[in-house]
Formats: sequence, structure tokens, C-alpha cells
Amino acid sequence: MTALRSTWSRLGQNRTAKASAGVLLGVIFISVLGPVISPHDYLQTDFDNLLRPPTFSDMQLFGSDDLGRDLFVRSMLGVQVTILVAIVASVVSLVIGVVYGAVAGFVGGKVDAVMMRFVDTLYALPFIFFVILLMVAFERNFLLIFVAIGAINWLDMARIVRGQTMSLREREFVAAARLMGVPWPRIIVRHIAPNLMGVVIVYVTLTIPQAILVESFLSFLGLGIQEPQTSLGALVDAGVNQMEGAAWMLLIPAGLLALILLCFNFFGDAMRDLLDVRDAS
Amino acid sequence: MTLLRVDGLTIRYGDTAVVDDLGFTVDAGESVGLVGESGSGKTQTALAILGLLPSAANAAGSVLVQGIEVLGATEKTLNDLRARRMAMVFQDPMQALNPFVRIGRQMRRILIAHRVAVGRDADARVLEMLKRVGLPDPERQFRAYPHQLSGGMRQRAMIASALIAEPDLLIADEPTTALDVTVQAQILELLEELREATALLLITHDLGIIAGRCERMLVLEHGRLVEAGSTGSIFRDPQHEHTVALLGAAPRLDRGETLPTAAGKKVLDIRGVSVSYKERRGDRLHAVRDLNLAVSAGETVAVVGESGSGKSSLVRAALGLVPMQAGRVTFCGKALSGPAQTRAIAARRDLQLVFQDPVASLNPQMRVADVVSEPLRVHAKDLQQTERLERVTATLAKVGLDDSYLGRYPHELSGGQAQRIAIARALILNPKVLVCDEAVAALDGSVRQQILTLLRDAQRDSGLAIVFITHDLAVVRAISHRVLVMYLGRLVEFADCASLFSRARHPYTQALLEAVPVPDPAAPGGKASLSGEVPSILSPPPGCAFHPRCRYAAPICTNELPGARDLDGVTVACHLAEEIGT
Repeated sequence: MTALRSTWSRLGQNRTAKASAGVLLGVIFISVLGPVISPHDYLQTDFDNLLRPPTFSDMQLFGSDDLGRDLFVRSMLGVQVTILVAIVASVVSLVIGVVYGAVAGFVGGKVDAVMMRFVDTLYALPFIFFVILLMVAFERNFLLIFVAIGAINWLDMARIVRGQTMSLREREFVAAARLMGVPWPRIIVRHIAPNLMGVVIVYVTLTIPQAILVESFLSFLGLGIQEPQTSLGALVDAGVNQMEGAAWMLLIPAGLLALILLCFNFFGDAMRDLLDVRDAS
Repeated sequence: MTLLRVDGLTIRYGDTAVVDDLGFTVDAGESVGLVGESGSGKTQTALAILGLLPSAANAAGSVLVQGIEVLGATEKTLNDLRARRMAMVFQDPMQALNPFVRIGRQMRRILIAHRVAVGRDADARVLEMLKRVGLPDPERQFRAYPHQLSGGMRQRAMIASALIAEPDLLIADEPTTALDVTVQAQILELLEELREATALLLITHDLGIIAGRCERMLVLEHGRLVEAGSTGSIFRDPQHEHTVALLGAAPRLDRGETLPTAAGKKVLDIRGVSVSYKERRGDRLHAVRDLNLAVSAGETVAVVGESGSGKSSLVRAALGLVPMQAGRVTFCGKALSGPAQTRAIAARRDLQLVFQDPVASLNPQMRVADVVSEPLRVHAKDLQQTERLERVTATLAKVGLDDSYLGRYPHELSGGQAQRIAIARALILNPKVLVCDEAVAALDGSVRQQILTLLRDAQRDSGLAIVFITHDLAVVRAISHRVLVMYLGRLVEFADCASLFSRARHPYTQALLEAVPVPDPAAPGGKASLSGEVPSILSPPPGCAFHPRCRYAAPICTNELPGARDLDGVTVACHLAEEIGT
């Protein structure tokens, strides 16, 4: 696990990455703690205070929406959902993609050809069409969003892992292990898998913002998270309708979304740069 | 007249100085050799002279080319100096030539950019230059892309483009390191012939090259100049201890005892082995054809040949890393077949391989302790943790490393240390046969010497049989008992070491021996007695594959494949062996 450790220590020297990680952790921390502390509830409507601008009185820091619900609590809930979707979707793509790609790359030959043509076929499916089909077939479901996004993201992961595995399989240290009589399972566990880690970690950090974007996009179209549950995408959607009278309803969730995306992207880029340097040296 | 004056040149990357207070001069028309081991700052010096240092480098001091300061010079000043005043030949012509531009165009651009010639005139000069560097069919090479040329031809093209604007100073950075020895001799001769009034700064790690080609030499150690003087006097009477060590470490082709043949029990017997690979469009590339090789306990057999001779394919097939089309491999009386993984445990334990690139053959994610102990985990599963560690430390001690290395990762090791680790991993199970595939080719002279000593000691202690693949005949002389010479996948000569070096039978072997440069100005060797290069193995010449390059070739050689014959205890495949083997 040198890749992990040395990357970690060098990540500490990268100020953008460090700041991004700090902001992200801060946002997640507040999103968990905020709704607990706040006197408001995400469901509770207050018809006396519809479309109230952000104010310190009554702790309505982000104001309220067109149904009088507290926007701070709803935004924090949206952050939670968004990040949860992103992480679950990434884990789904990680598990399926790595296993699928590693098997295809390692076994090679006809098995590889068949497995990768299947991936190509899935690539050719229009994504939105695919999601709408899923929604129609299985009704709207929180879990389905995770599955849908993960099912798309694992394709890239599988391709990358397959390519890496194929090149690792031909490396001299694997040939050395074969000659020594190291059995295949041990070669995979000891020699191939640890050398895949670097690429996989980088790719996951770059998948997360992608998944966030896809979820927001689906929710914005009304295909994603359903009321009264919410996500940043759904909040932006609601905000767009009130854009003229209550700009904060759009700006606050959109700003949070941008902040989270930027942080993940900066972090992922820093990871990629660090591992590239290692490859080059 | 002083052409180049380097004064107090110091190059730093961060806090480390790669070149430290270096000073020397090169006069017009002179040839100067710059020698040093890897990391001694040779290439950095060359880059500094040309003004090509990367921006991360911090250079101080002064580099005057014909009185013009290069360090800190503007791009325009540098461009005026380059090509017409000084030019460079790089180690790897494939990387120095633009792969998307035809050779002729690349060279024309130089002439046009420096306003030496334009239009038809430029084309004519390029063609003339291509002719002078000995490229066959210059009109065709003019239109060729770099990848269409062979390695030696590319280096000729590189030299042509360096000399086209008639510079006063030519810097050649390891110009022949990537080439086969017979081609190396041709290229060095060409450089000598063409440079005429041009001064040459020849950068190399190979003292043999300097001995034959340079009037003066400079010896670098860790970026410092430790000795400078005329080549003859330094070779005769080196002053600095590093020079003495370099000279001592340079393997000599012409000197030293050859090992007598050792008669032990036959351990590995390879009979009639053929290896071929499938190429695109259904062609088959016949890497090895019908080869025999037997190795006895306590004996080292060297397998020699230029690139493409099939030496690696031969042993890889024997080890089961690549499939073989025909033949039989017997190990200690038992037949071996199929890929390495399906072979008997004992065979895998007793047959070990050491690779050329030590770093690539070690898993970058595993510590030294895990790397060296892995064979034990597979073959001696019941060993306790502490016993295993003892065996590992004992083996590391055998290869000259203490247990402070146990926790290190491969990228924290130097090339020599990594190769020791790879050898330790191969030796920990006390194998009967060790195959070394160019195991010392990537190492510096002194480290190479240590590794060879290490292998000889291991052989003496345990009766290890070694198959040593190499292209370096000086190494062959130092380590082997018997030698197999290969050319285009076939046996050329198989002889004991002493008779091969005293009386080579095959014209190819003779030419190989003549081409090796010897670090002795009195008898420098490095004669280009072979013209041309190894033909493509996809379409070997008919008859004796060597006949197009052979100086003795008779009509029979073009028609009939010479069989391997026994001649005074030497196996040789040549129709004319009786007449020429003197």
C-alpha cells in the first residue's frame, strides 16, 4: 500500500487539495449537525412565512421556500442526499467495474472480447432513456437512483481496470512470480491488485463529482429524488420556479452544489497529478 | 583555437548539485571523450553546453562557445549557435527525430532555418549528406519516415542532420549505446571519418570507445572532474583512484584467464527447440530454429548474439514462459513441457531466472523482505515466520546486502541493489539452474563486476549451473565456460570459452570479436569488419542467413543452409569453416 501512503503524505503538501478536503469535511459536518441543532424541520410548513429571505431571526439562515419550509434544513438534507448518492454510486461502480475489468483483463482472449462487447453495447444506450425505462419499470425509488448512476459509471471503471490489468499481466515481476510457481490467485492478490490501487483511487475521486452531477440533473428533470425528500438538484429545480421573487432559493443550493463539485474535482485532480508523477519517475 | 570553454559549471536541481565546478576546454578539430558512470553528470553537461537544460535546473558558471556565453543566453543567441556552431547526436535517434516528418524534410528545415541553403540547393545538400553517412539508396531515405529505418540507419540519419550545417563542434551523447556491437563499430568509424575539421565531444560510459577515438579524455565522478589528460597517458598511468577503478572495472576482451570447461552432471538439456510467434496477417516469426543446448552443474554457458538473434526466446521457451513449436527440454532426467505454471514443483524450484531490468522484475508494491521470501511462501509453506526471516537475511548477506534493506521498496534501491535483490530471490531456494537474461547489461562497470563476482561465488559454493544471455563479449569472457553464438535464431558456433576467444571458427564470431572496443589505446579494437545490419527475422536471407554480410561468402552459402558440424570439439555452422577457421 505504498501508493496510498506516499500519496497521502504528498497530498498534505498540496494546498488546493488540502483546502478542498477541509471544505468538504466542513460541509458534510454541518449538513449532519445543522438539521439537529436547527429549531426547524424539513417537512414543517409555515404559511405565515412563505418565501422569507435569509434572516438571523428564528435561525432561518437561508430563508424559507414557497411552502414556508426552512431552506437551511432542506439544503443540508439535500447535501446529505447528494453526497450519499455520489458515494454509493461510486462504490457500486467501483465494485462492479473493478471485478469486471480485472476478470476481463486477466483472463483475456474470447472471454475478454465478449465481456468488453457487452460494455460497448451498454455504452451505446442513451442514458436518460435508460433511466426513464428503469423508473417506469420499477416505480420511483430512492435506491433506484443509486443503481442507475452506478450502473452507468462502472463502464468507464471496467475499461480502465481492464487496460491496467492487461499491461500488469505482461510485466516482468508477474513473469518472475509465474516462474517461481506462485499460484494464480496469489499473483492476483499480491502482484496485480496492489498495483491497480493507484489508478482505481484516482478514478473513484473523479467519479464522485460526475455522479453528483448526474443525480442533480435527474432530480432537476424530476426523475430523481421525490418530495418531500430532497437533493440539491431538486432544490435548484424548485429555485428556478421562484427565481424572480426569491433568488436565494436558487442561489443557495446552486452555490452549495458548485462548491461541492469544485472541491471534489480539485481533490481528484490533485490525486491524479500525484500518481502521474509517481508513474513518470 | 579554443572552441569551447567551460568554467566553474555547476548545475543544481533543488539542493543537489549534479555537476559541480566543472571546467574544461575543447580546441578546434580536437576529439575529447567525457567518461563517467550513470549519474556522473555527463548528459547534464552536454545539455548545458547546448542551452537545453530544463527550467528546473539551476546553472552557474560559464560556458563559452567561440567566445559567446551560453548560460542565460536568449533563445535567439542560442539558435544562432546551434546547428552551425555546435550540434548534438543523441543516444536514442528514435526520440530525437520527429516521427511525423520525412527524414529529408527534417534536414532541409535545419538548412532553411539557419539560412544555409534554400530550395533545390537545400535538397541537394541533404541528399549529398545522406550519401556521405553511408545510407543505402539516399533518394529513398530522403522520403522515408524515421520508423522505416533500422536503428543503425536512424543513427546515421541523426549524424547527417547534426553535421549538415557544418558545425564546428559536435557533441555525441552515448551515440552507440542503443546499438548492436557491429553497428556500433560502423557508427563510430563513420563519426571519425566525417567530422574532419569538426571538434568532437564524445560522451560515453564505455572506456573502450574513448580509447580508440579520442585524443584527450575527461573523467567525471558525481559531477566533479577528477582527471583530465591525453587518452594515452591516462590509460597508461591513471592518477585518480576513480579512474583506476573505472579502468579496473572495464571488462577486457583481450585479457584475463578464460575459465576451463567444467564437467559436471548434465542438469538442463534443450534439444531441437524451435520458437515462433504469430505475426499480423498470419505470418510466423521464427525466433529460434532447431537449437540444442546442454548445461552441466557448476558450469556457465553464455548465449551470445545481436538483437533479434533469438537468445531470449530460446531460454524463455525452455523456462515455459513462451510456448515452443518443437523440441524437448529435459531437466535432471525429467522431461519438462507446457507453460511454467503447469510444471512440476521441483522444476520450478530448481530453475530460476534473473531479468535484464531489475526494477521492472520487482513488484513496486512489495518490500524487499516480501520479495525475497515469496519463493519460500510458495515452496516451503511449513516454514515458521522466524525461520523464513533467517533464510531471507542469510540470502541477502550472500548477495552483499545487510538487513537494513528488508523494509525498503524497489524504487528506493539503486539498479545494482535491485539486481542483487532479484538474484537473492532467485537463489533463496538453492536452485540447480540460474538463467540470467542480460542481467548486467543495465548496470555500471563497477556494479557489473560485483554482480559477476557474486554469480561466480554462488556457482562455486553450490555447483549452480548458469545460462548467461548477453550481447557483451567481454562479459562472456569473464564469466562463461562455454559459449553459444546465435544469429537470426540459429546456432552459429558453440565452443568452449578459451577456443572461442583464441580461435573463432565462424566468420560472424570473428567479426563480433573484432567489433568490440577494447579499453587500450594501443590496441583499441572496435573494427567495423561487418557491413550492414542484422536482417529482419521475418524474411531471413536464403541459404546461410549470414551470407549477405559475410566477407568469405561463396556461391554455396547463398543456396544451402549450413548444418551444425563438429570441428575439433567445436560446433560450427559454416560451409567454409575448415578453410577460414584460423
